[in-house]
Amino acid sequence: MREKLVVAFVALGAILLAYNLYQIFLVLPDEAAQGYIYRIIYFHVPAAMVAMLGFFAALVCSVWYLAGGDLRFDSFAASIVEVSVVFATVNLVTGSIWARVEWGIWWTWDYRLTSQLVCVLIFAGYLIMRRAIDEPTQRARLSAALTIFGCFDAVIVWKSIEWFRNNHPGPVLSFRTGGEQRMDPAMEHQLFLNALALLIMAVALTLVRARQESTAREIDSLRRAAHV
Amino acid sequence: MTQAIELNQVWKFYGDYAALRDCTLSVHEGSSCALLGRNGAGKTTLLRILGGLTHFQRGVVTLFGEKPRAENARRHSGFLGHGIGVYEDLSARENLHFFASITGNSSNVKALTDTWLERVGLSRVATMPVRQYSRGMRQRLALARTFIHSPRILLLDEPFTSLDDRAIAMLSELLTEARQRGATIVLSTHQLREALAIASHVALVENGRLRYTGERTQEMLDDPTLLYRLHTQLGVPE
Amino acid sequence: MSLFSQAFAVARKDLAVELRTKESLNAAGSFAIVILVIFSFAFDSFSDEMKEYGGGLLWLVFAFAGALVFNRGFARELPNECLDTLLASPLSGAALVIGKAFANFTMLLVVELVSLVVFGIFYNVDWLGQAGWLGAVFALATWGVSILGAVFGALTVNLRLRELMLPVVIYPLMIPILIAAIELTNIVLTRRSISEDMQWVKVLVASDIGFTGLAWLLADTILVS
Repeated sequence: MREKLVVAFVALGAILLAYNLYQIFLVLPDEAAQGYIYRIIYFHVPAAMVAMLGFFAALVCSVWYLAGGDLRFDSFAASIVEVSVVFATVNLVTGSIWARVEWGIWWTWDYRLTSQLVCVLIFAGYLIMRRAIDEPTQRARLSAALTIFGCFDAVIVWKSIEWFRNNHPGPVLSFRTGGEQRMDPAMEHQLFLNALALLIMAVALTLVRARQESTAREIDSLRRAAHV
Repeated sequence: MTQAIELNQVWKFYGDYAALRDCTLSVHEGSSCALLGRNGAGKTTLLRILGGLTHFQRGVVTLFGEKPRAENARRHSGFLGHGIGVYEDLSARENLHFFASITGNSSNVKALTDTWLERVGLSRVATMPVRQYSRGMRQRLALARTFIHSPRILLLDEPFTSLDDRAIAMLSELLTEARQRGATIVLSTHQLREALAIASHVALVENGRLRYTGERTQEMLDDPTLLYRLHTQLGVPE
Repeated sequence: MSLFSQAFAVARKDLAVELRTKESLNAAGSFAIVILVIFSFAFDSFSDEMKEYGGGLLWLVFAFAGALVFNRGFARELPNECLDTLLASPLSGAALVIGKAFANFTMLLVVELVSLVVFGIFYNVDWLGQAGWLGAVFALATWGVSILGAVFGALTVNLRLRELMLPVVIYPLMIPILIAAIELTNIVLTRRSISEDMQWVKVLVASDIGFTGLAWLLADTILVS
């Protein structure tokens, strides 16, 4: 059943992604000021959306695990974190390339970039820490605690730098500008479509990874039983 | 009869592996229960659950009606694990002072400390750091630390292991006194004879299950290995 | 016994052990001094610019020295299974963690004071006139990193490669506190008014309250296996 679900997600995501790539590279016109390079936005922003949604989902799963003790939520949390770190890294790298081409700088301490970087660092630490813990219940418990601290920290970083510095372009998507249309509607539509494609791929990856975590736990329990 | 300790259908998991399976045990107030079983059977896990040191995933555990992690439950219990639980860089006096103060006896900490230092024969070396003590002295300090707040429940994990003669005598004396004041004792041990001599009840653990719980009988005293032969599949531990 | 008195008892015990052994203070203190001296070669230390960068340098030093202090925090409970004894006692997990944070805080403040003296001498920066403001900034920021150090000291105490795990996990979390502390320290050293940049004070206060609250909530979860 789960295998079929994964295949369905991958297929759907692949089709949507193929359509999006066609639209992004061959159909949509260049942006007025930036030229061809602006197309990176169709990966840069959706990757950020998927990553942030992922970290929030991991927080929910972690809290749910602590409340109920069901290790499947730990498996989901860990899988979501792993996938989200990848998407967050994509966001940072695409942003860096775009900034270099557009403004000549590889990096700037904007609040969105900085909090994304902090998230990557925190959750990379989470993944490293998990590998140092053999016992599954202990691993789940400590991972959940770190996720809660990490998400709180990311919000603080976001808020603190938002008050202070902002080199990053301001919000352009209509849901952030309060309805004002700063981006061409066709482009905005395409951006959300690619966000959907990336989200579907992220879900598929998460399901595969969560299955691996469950299997690893099964093997661990068999090993413990064999040693008694 | 008040139940001092109740375990009801308790399971403890490490991941998907069940270290304790469906354990049910009642220990009434004033009794002493010997937890028997091989290494890895689950005795230490059970004691740690009672001491509030580790969580369990299913079932109910109460100490005088309170959960093991409740402050009251821990205030009324004394735990002696494999380690002696004292700080090497502090003196005996400082150690006992600290443990007496955190177990809630803030009014007479000094008096209590002095009394127990005297009791375990460490008055003359009370200001030396524990690092400089002999093994026997550390063991006696550990006993003082465990009994200093006159706990109603004593949880002892293989207490006779690696004690010297003086410490064994002291522990036996303290346990007798504790029983006289109505304390409840749960101790795990390999030493069948010593355990059966002081225990009023026994509980046999094998592979995470309680194979037998009940009163200690004369037959058990006469033949300590009887329990293992009757109730376990793995036989008598060496 | 209230949470505060329990925490205080733990802090007092830790500081008593530390005064006797001086392990953390010696390690962290000498590390801080050495780094400051080495950096004084790297930078042109007799210039006014040091006041602009002093905050960054100082807080980097405190962060690294802090890790040495935090590592020892729960590690000193491992011999003789003292941690089990503490958990089996009526001490709440929150009292244990907050008590350790008090002890971390005190030790780190001592290291910071020594570092400030060395900084003043080797970089020719006169900070005595701003001692009050510096003290306030240092206290707020040091509490934030201390509570993180205590929580994650507890979290990593039983892990493989503990000395490596703690810095890996804790440094990213310290980032907002460090940024705020650096900005405020620079403001104070360059004799500007803090009221120009109150958001950094708000960041420190929010971090302190938030992390302390989370520590209080999650202490038992982290400590009890």
